[in-house]
Amino acid sequence: MVALAAWVIAFAVGSVVGVARTVPNRLVRTLATTYVELFRNIPLLVQMFLWYFVLPELMPVEVGRWMKRDMPNPEFSSAVLCLGFYTASRVAEQVRAGIESLSIGLSHAGYASGLTTSQVYRYVLLPISYRLIVPPMTSEFLTIFKNSSLALTIGLLELTAQSQQISEYTFNSFEAYTAATVIYVVIALSTTVLMHLLESRLRIPGFISKDER
Amino acid sequence: MITIDHISKWYGKFQVLADCSTGIERGEVVVVCGPSGSGKSTLIKCVNGLEPVQEGAIRVNDVAVTDAGTNMARLRSQIGMVFQHFELYPHMSVLNNICLAQEKVLNRSREEARAKARSLLQRIDLSDQADKYPGQLSGGQQQRVAIARALAMDPIAMLFDEPTSALDPEMINEVLDVMVELATEGMTMMVVTHEMGFARKVADRVIFMDEGRIVEDAPTEEFFNTPRSDRAQAFLAKILQH
Repeated sequence: MVALAAWVIAFAVGSVVGVARTVPNRLVRTLATTYVELFRNIPLLVQMFLWYFVLPELMPVEVGRWMKRDMPNPEFSSAVLCLGFYTASRVAEQVRAGIESLSIGLSHAGYASGLTTSQVYRYVLLPISYRLIVPPMTSEFLTIFKNSSLALTIGLLELTAQSQQISEYTFNSFEAYTAATVIYVVIALSTTVLMHLLESRLRIPGFISKDER
Repeated sequence: MITIDHISKWYGKFQVLADCSTGIERGEVVVVCGPSGSGKSTLIKCVNGLEPVQEGAIRVNDVAVTDAGTNMARLRSQIGMVFQHFELYPHMSVLNNICLAQEKVLNRSREEARAKARSLLQRIDLSDQADKYPGQLSGGQQQRVAIARALAMDPIAMLFDEPTSALDPEMINEVLDVMVELATEGMTMMVVTHEMGFARKVADRVIFMDEGRIVEDAPTEEFFNTPRSDRAQAFLAKILQH
């Protein structure tokens, strides 16, 4: 759950930031670069604590109090936001790499036919880039899913935390963690298989990216 | 129709274009040639603003390409461009390659765009390839599709940036044939190329560039028979040897 919700944020924000890193406008590029460097250079665990413990203190008093007292399920929202924005910085780099791997001539062709910058991105650059980055995006998704186990540090009862509880109550550590491991592996493997299917579904006939450089 | 007025351009400190001036009349075919690195590709990319210039002015149909306020997308939609490496959209079928800008820029309906694309494909003799992807076509076929893609916009002029340089020798002619046909129909064309046979056949004028300067700008016959500059003479001697 945490991983899926966070992935939605990561993919959306990451795509926007990744595109922003490649646009002609220098200010936009700098902002996007700052985002990436900020979020990917702070350890995830530290970020988790920042979102959960520090953010409410930085908010205006009223909002901060609401976040601490009345916000439903604060661990969940903190974990989702934290994982989402952190992974977004990684997704952004993949998106940027995908776009930059395309030849400048391709965007020239788009511009030369009268397309605007956003149309060039929407109809030409992004559809190709997203296809190219399916494999690294699979890794990102698996990473966000496994990173979600860190949410136990702020008290979210996700899979790892629940196994921990079971093992503490029942002393059946072996069974508890084995079950958790099996669940992680099953989800991860099915993701991999699904992404592989997606990759072959989206394959462009006659297009081998290496030959296009 | 196209006037290039004293333009200069630098990449950092390196000057790629130095004080170039020329013009192209409606219906005229002008070939731009010169050794590699002479700035000819850069010059042609300046005409539709793909490359900015630092000094001078370019006007196309009395619209200033070099003005900040110009609607570049609109201007570019009226000028077709063909590239050395084709630059077809690899993720779209041949038909959609030709339809994209028609629909998104000219707001033609899907049916209208398709009909236009099909008639152009017929003209370049590729009707049976409409649903293939660019990667499944030969280089010569891809370049012909690229020409069709540009023509689909009903351009007032066409720019060709070394359209045959990336092709195997046996495919060059199929592309040149299409270009010759265009030229004889009265299309305004600016062609960067080393195909001197093409230049002789259809060009009205030849521009010779070297080190970012326009060294020679002369009617075709005059350029081939009595080139004035030593550089042009040396260049012609080299490429006409065989």
